[in-house]
Amino acid sequence: MLSPTLVLVLSFGYLLLLFAVAGWADRRAAAGRSVIGNAWVYALSIAVYCTAWTYFGSVGRAASGGVWFLPIYLGPTLAMLVAWVVLRKMVRTARAQHVTSIADFIASRYGKSPALAGLVSLITVVGIVPYIALQLKAVASAYQVLTVPLATAVPAPGPWWSDGTFYVALALAGFTMVFGTRHLDATERHEGMVAAIAFESLVKLVAFLAVGAAVTWWLFDGPADLFARALADPALAPLLRLEQGQRFPFAQWFALTLLAMLSVLLLPRQFQVMVVENVDERHIRRAAWAFPAYLLLINLFVLPIALAGLMHFQGRPVQADTFVLSLPLDLGWQGLALLAFVGGLSAATGMVIVEAIAVSTMVCNDLVMPLLLRWARVARRAELTGLLLAVRRGAILVVLLLGYAYYHLAGEAYALVGIGLISFAAVAQFAPALLLGLYWKGATRLGAMAGLSAGFAMWVYTLMLPSIGKSGWWETDFVAEGPWGLALLKPEQLLGLTLLDPLTHSLFWSLLLNVGLFVGLSLSRAPGAAEASQALLFVDAGRGAAQGQPVFWRGQAQVADLQALLARFLGPARANRLLAEHAASRGLAADLPLPADAQTVQFAEQQLAGAIGSASARVVVSKVVQEESLGLDDVLRILDEASQLRRYSQELEAQRQRLEQATAQLRAANERLESLDRLKDDFMSSVTHELRTPLTSIRALAELMVDDADMPAVQRQEFLRIVVAETERLSRLVNQVLDMAKIESGHAEWHDSELDVAAVLRQAVHSFQETLRERGTELRLSLPVAGQRPLIRADEDRLVQVLLNLLSNAAKFAPAGKGRIDVRLQVAPGALTVEVQDNGPGVPAAQRELIFEKFRQGGGDAHRPQGTGLGLPISRRIVEHFGGQLFLRADSGQGACFAFTLPFSDNPTPAPPEATAGAKGDFP
Amino acid sequence: MSGRILIADDEPNILISLEYLMKRQGYEVLVARDGQEALDQLRAHRPQLVLLDVMMPRKSGFEVCSELRADEAIRDTLVLMLTAKGRDTDVAKGLGVGADAYMTKPFSTKELAQKVAELLAAGRKAA
Repeated sequence: MLSPTLVLVLSFGYLLLLFAVAGWADRRAAAGRSVIGNAWVYALSIAVYCTAWTYFGSVGRAASGGVWFLPIYLGPTLAMLVAWVVLRKMVRTARAQHVTSIADFIASRYGKSPALAGLVSLITVVGIVPYIALQLKAVASAYQVLTVPLATAVPAPGPWWSDGTFYVALALAGFTMVFGTRHLDATERHEGMVAAIAFESLVKLVAFLAVGAAVTWWLFDGPADLFARALADPALAPLLRLEQGQRFPFAQWFALTLLAMLSVLLLPRQFQVMVVENVDERHIRRAAWAFPAYLLLINLFVLPIALAGLMHFQGRPVQADTFVLSLPLDLGWQGLALLAFVGGLSAATGMVIVEAIAVSTMVCNDLVMPLLLRWARVARRAELTGLLLAVRRGAILVVLLLGYAYYHLAGEAYALVGIGLISFAAVAQFAPALLLGLYWKGATRLGAMAGLSAGFAMWVYTLMLPSIGKSGWWETDFVAEGPWGLALLKPEQLLGLTLLDPLTHSLFWSLLLNVGLFVGLSLSRAPGAAEASQALLFVDAGRGAAQGQPVFWRGQAQVADLQALLARFLGPARANRLLAEHAASRGLAADLPLPADAQTVQFAEQQLAGAIGSASARVVVSKVVQEESLGLDDVLRILDEASQLRRYSQELEAQRQRLEQATAQLRAANERLESLDRLKDDFMSSVTHELRTPLTSIRALAELMVDDADMPAVQRQEFLRIVVAETERLSRLVNQVLDMAKIESGHAEWHDSELDVAAVLRQAVHSFQETLRERGTELRLSLPVAGQRPLIRADEDRLVQVLLNLLSNAAKFAPAGKGRIDVRLQVAPGALTVEVQDNGPGVPAAQRELIFEKFRQGGGDAHRPQGTGLGLPISRRIVEHFGGQLFLRADSGQGACFAFTLPFSDNPTPAPPEATAGAKGDFP
Repeated sequence: MSGRILIADDEPNILISLEYLMKRQGYEVLVARDGQEALDQLRAHRPQLVLLDVMMPRKSGFEVCSELRADEAIRDTLVLMLTAKGRDTDVAKGLGVGADAYMTKPFSTKELAQKVAELLAAGRKAA
């Protein structure tokens, strides 16, 4: 037992801490560094689903019904794992349509109908009151447990003004007002609130796990021990079985799971954090498994705590709902008990804050404002933000007071879980209209209205009224006997259906009527133009950018009027900024006025919807502009145009990409052509240059001789000699150019025959020897040992051409008088090698590759006039044609050694040893 | 007519013919066999005009002309480019680096002599 002061101080301290977290998050958001743009924060904020119900109610339920506390958590797990795509679609649509609440969503879907918005808001308020009462009850009893000695009787609550819970309700109302109604525009993120909720989700998880772990491992010796002892106890063993004595247990299990699945989407606070507060739809994927994981963790110790409590408090009148607190308290773990209290408080306040904010937004936008705006005095007011905020704050207070009232009147008759399920059954009525409306374009407003009304009425009759009736506050026996004694209309056994428990019974009838009327009336009449256009926008959400969405509006408007309207609700500065952003997004220059067309009107309406709800926004905008009502054909026509536009822009994009690709390809091809062209040009210009050079000398000298009849004879002789030499050079050049061209283009003629290379060598050397003798150069031929007669298939003349080229090069560079040329033939498996070695100056490193290029000549000017620069390139081509290689051997002392290989008929040539500087490799 | 002319060409026979031609016209003749030698001769002896072949080892005729124009001392030398390459791009390039005239090989000796005389008479125009 703890002192009340301590508990109160702790409670307030914790609430202030939440406040600080919210304030910090808001400041960070204003500085542009939002903390909630994080998938984990999003997932944690969804955990606001776990309220004081989880803390106290589940344990209580587990204590009496064993594993029957589970469906409430199985439902959301299934929903998130399987239906997260539905959630994503809701988020996309809500974002596009600037939806701010679930009433807004449904009303917007069915043509922005104010009546529908009002109905949904009413159902929500009535439906959520029991749930809020549950939280208040939980906090109250938790406080009792901590401050009153255990097992003393709890006094009946006195009149409301002396009831501490009343003041708790007031305090929470004040807290929520400060949290959520500081500024108006509901499309702005409540960043502070979301951060605080995520924080408190962590706190409650940690506290619950702490208590559970302590109980399992300190009180008992681990889970095995705990469950073994429970099974051993005959009173407890049944709790661990699946069926608990209900009739049709599986129907009930199914009903509960379904209810929980729907509620995780449809409860106002869930819709608020999951859809309205979502900042990035990619977070949904993470939440799809993170939230079920959270549920698993927080429920892990529910059964252990329940069993432990039952075993520990055997015989004592301690309520099972409070085991989380009473167990540690009784065991003397005061710190842990306080931690658990903080956790429970956290869970309760989280729920109340978010729920109250969501409901107050709904009430303000969809219930109160449309009525107020009809009142001329209000509609003419220049500035409405203050009024809107006042309405919201009032709504928060009223909702909390209603919650208290329900708690005070009916809260004692039911365990916590029972109360909560009543609220679940209420919001389940939204399911047909919302979920079916998201996928079925044929759903109409009339169907939705009828279904919702009927379902709600059935819920009131079969669940809400009996709960009040059974509490004893309302002296009546209509539950037991039926109204006016009519047994068939007994609220919990309509038409004689006695097989189901009250909850399943109510769910069955309400959903039956709801779905039946919804589908039936939707099918019986076609949707109107407004509904059809909204249906298209909702069902096709996510396909195509917002820009491409059709605008279903026709009429005339003045931008000044729209601007004034926006200023009234959002403030002039904000209104101007929004219009400027819209103009920029449409690509208009800053000084051009915004056109008063359908897109502008739609934009203005959407911005207003963020502040006052889509239904009210529709009302005020329609007053300011001159509209033409759209028929269904118009809707279809506009839709057609929009989809055509979308198709055209897609095609255009595809074409642009193809064009880019083609251009890139063309550019590449052009570059290739240019480089080829350059190569060809280079060759051509080289050829022309080479041919023109001897022609220049010939012409110039000839002209000189013609002009000067008195030229001395010696001079004349010299000139004529030069002319002759240049002529010869020219013809050599022409021949070689033609030869080269023929070989390269493949038009040369090759007359192959079986050749004895040794014989060919001998003959070539012999014929060359005469020329060499004049210069005093020695020529030696070395052949392999007799017995090897290698045969090569080749053109004899060409082979001789190669040999003569190499020999004449060698002769050119051999030193006068003591020149020496060695010709060697070597035979190896697969190929043979011929080497021509001279003792001249050798080839400098820089020219080793150069000399094989066309028109390049080694050596100096002295050799210019004789050489053509084509000899080696042609020889190389010829050898390559025979399948061999012609190369210059790496430096082997003095002089140059040219070698070429020729493969024998079948074998490809082995790679030549390195032709660059390096070790001289011997041919293998 | 008098004047000092430098002939730069790597083909010995062309050099012989040009030398004879210019001497016959009465000019004092210097010869160079590659681009670097041409620049050295230009700087050392300052001829009024240079017959400049384009395709030469070490430095090409284009390079010689660019360097010549960039050098204060020899900037005003008259340049007559000779080459076997006759494409428009080469002509444009030659004139672009600052040649005063451009003739393709094989040339007419008469035309060459005439051109040289014209250039010497006109003198170097202001750059």
